[in-house]
This record gives sequence, C-alpha cells and structure tokens, in this order.
Amino acid sequence: MTSFARQQWYVAAYGREVGRDLLARTVLGEPLALYRTEAGEAVALADRCVHRRFPLTESRLEGDTVVCGYHGFTYDPTGACVFVPGQSRIPRTARVVSYPVVEQDSFVWVWIGDQGRADPALVPRAPWLNDPAYTTVSGMEPLAARTGLLVDNLMDLSHETYLHGGYIGTPDVAGTPVTTEVDDEAGVVYVSRHMDDAECPPFYSESTGLQGRITRWQDIEYHSPCLYLLHSRVAPVGVLPPEDGPDDQAFHVEVVYAITPSTEHSTYDFWAVARDFALGDEPVSEFLRESNRTVVLQDVKALDVLEQVVASEPEGYQELSINIDTGGLAARRILSRQAQDGAAPATTVPAAAEPVRAAP
Amino acid sequence: MLPGATVVRIEWLPGTDLLRGTCHCSAQHEAQDPVAMWEWLLAHPDGHTAGPGATAPGDGPRGHLATASA
Repeated sequence: MTSFARQQWYVAAYGREVGRDLLARTVLGEPLALYRTEAGEAVALADRCVHRRFPLTESRLEGDTVVCGYHGFTYDPTGACVFVPGQSRIPRTARVVSYPVVEQDSFVWVWIGDQGRADPALVPRAPWLNDPAYTTVSGMEPLAARTGLLVDNLMDLSHETYLHGGYIGTPDVAGTPVTTEVDDEAGVVYVSRHMDDAECPPFYSESTGLQGRITRWQDIEYHSPCLYLLHSRVAPVGVLPPEDGPDDQAFHVEVVYAITPSTEHSTYDFWAVARDFALGDEPVSEFLRESNRTVVLQDVKALDVLEQVVASEPEGYQELSINIDTGGLAARRILSRQAQDGAAPATTVPAAAEPVRAAP
Repeated sequence: MLPGATVVRIEWLPGTDLLRGTCHCSAQHEAQDPVAMWEWLLAHPDGHTAGPGATAPGDGPRGHLATASA
C-alpha cells in the first residue's frame, strides 16, 4: 500500500508541455502518456501497451490515436484499442486507462483515483497564471525526495533565512511570528507572516526597484495535497492596503507551487511566479525566472540529501517540532487523512476490459 | 479569523514563545509546543469550554472544564 492521497487532482504538466509529441510523466506511481488531440484536447493515457507493456511514449501519434512502437496496437483518446496487428478481432480487454484531465490556469491536472469521483469543480485555482493583469514566469524541477519533504519546506518559510540568503531570505523572515489557520473541511492551511519593517531581499529590490526597508507580507494558502499559493506583498515601510480602493502602492507576487508525487521517493516541483508590476518587462522576467529557479534548486539540493537520510532511517524516527512548524504539522495531518480516503486503488479499468494476463 | 465551522487558529504571540490556539467552538488555550497545541485542538470537545459564538455540536453539556494554562 502506498501513502498517496489518490482521490485528488494533481498537476501532471504545464499546458505548454503537452502537444503533438508524447510526454512521459509518472504521477502517484502511474506512468502516463500525455498528448493533445488535433482539436487541442489534452489526453492522459496509461503509458503501457496492454499487449507487452511497451511504453506508449516510445511510440507515435497518428491523428488522435497512439500507435504502439513495438507491435502497432493502436489506442484512441478514450484508451480503447482500435487496431491490433494481423487480425480483425480486437480482444475486449484491449484497452488502457484514460485518466480524467482538466486544463486550467496553465496546468494540466489529472485524476488517478476512482474515476467516478473526478469532479472538475474540485480542481483548486491559481487564476493569476493566465491573467493578463499579471506577468508570469514558471518552470518545473524534479525532486529525488518524497512529497512530504517539499510540503514541510514550503509550509515553513523561516528556512528562507538560512537556505536562501542573498535571494529571498533575510533575518526578518525567521524572526517574525506566524499565524496559522486551518479549514479542516476544505483541506486548506493558511500561514501568515507579516513583517512590518524588514530588509528587502534582492529578489524584490531588483525586480521592484524598492530601496530601503519594506513592509513584507507572506500569506500562504495550501490546498492540500497539490496546490500551494504564496500571496506575497511588498511595499515601502508603513504602506498598508487602503481601506477602500486598490492596493496600488504595493507590489504583489503570487508564487505558485504544484506539488505532485511521482513515486514514493520522487516529486515534481512545478513553480510559477506571477507579478502585477513590470508587466511584460523581459529583463525583470528573466531576473525573476533565474532567481526563483535558483531558489528552487537550493531546495532540491537540500531535500534530495534529506531524502537519503530519511529513507535510511527506521519508521518513526525522532523529530522535534517548534513554533515555526505549526502550519507544517497541520498540512501533514490533512495529507494523512486524505491518503486514508479511498486508499485501496479501485479498479480503474472498467470490469469488461481487465488487463490481459501474461501467458505462462 | 476565517469563517467556517471547522476553522481553527494558532497565533504565535509576538515577543513570546507562546502559541494561542482558538478552536472553532471559540475555546482558547495557550501552549509552548505546537504538537501539544494540535492535540488540544483535535481533542474538541474534550477540554474545551465554548466561548461566545460557539457553533460546534459537541459543545455544551459534554464539554469539560477548561484546562488552558498560560
């Protein structure tokens, strides 16, 4: 049994990554073949031919169908096999899983759990990523570490002071208390850190032009398990949002992470930075892209090391939690509860189309 | 505090190491350890004395005396 929360939506790719070439991704341990139909619809099929398990991503598209590169078994976007070589009868079990897909806010979301529960309305939103009032840079870094380590990392931003000094970290981050709120029913954790008089890190001074000390707000909104939003507001010291009207004397950055378990010990770390200033300014975009990628890679390096340590230790190893971990503990509990929900994988292939058993 | 029947809140009191928890039933508790604080919040209604605006069905007759400590 895995620890994955299966009955949830996960980001498998950016929409821009999915096209007329077959893209391989593994989500919750399930290998996927992603592509786009000629009409532009994103499709996610199980990446194993039902015949001899050849990866469909090593195959080719023909119109909207995937032709297996080994023996030519051909699948349509629903996963139904429409051609087998050398015979006219197509076995009724010749089918691969076609996973529910939602394309929204620049992401391609997939549902690996029970297909009857795949409600598109449950996909959490990150509207800034497609909003013309924002300019966005984004990327994805694979992590050789379990997802929980990335969630711990993102829920406690005091690590910015130590791991990301010179980019986004200053002493004020670790030195400022946080307020944590949890909406248990919705599965959302909020962690708020408002710094009234803080040093401005290069990430913000160079992108906004702000000089001197700043008011810096970090408001985390974690929609467990996959979507993490950091609403970041920076402004000169003392400049607070007006009671009425737009908050136009401040700079707003929406930092978005999609946290997708690939296997038990690897994770896709999708990151995006959307800003409401210097719109379309390519040098600013390039600076923020490189800065955030550097920060993400600092996390990747640390978490890859941590995974090796944690994986080598017996279950129930000793930890110590302090005040900065309040939000992370809440996230862990919600993740654990979500993993209990429908943990046993239901049969995702319809009963009439069970996989072919290997011949003895 | 956010609206919602299941929303709880933990404030780290500025200038101290103390955490103050507020349950959705409006009971409050202070502690220095986030693990202990979550245990108290999740124990609702045990050890929670409802304050004004309490809405949780577990409050009232089944509630215990407050055990909050400063």
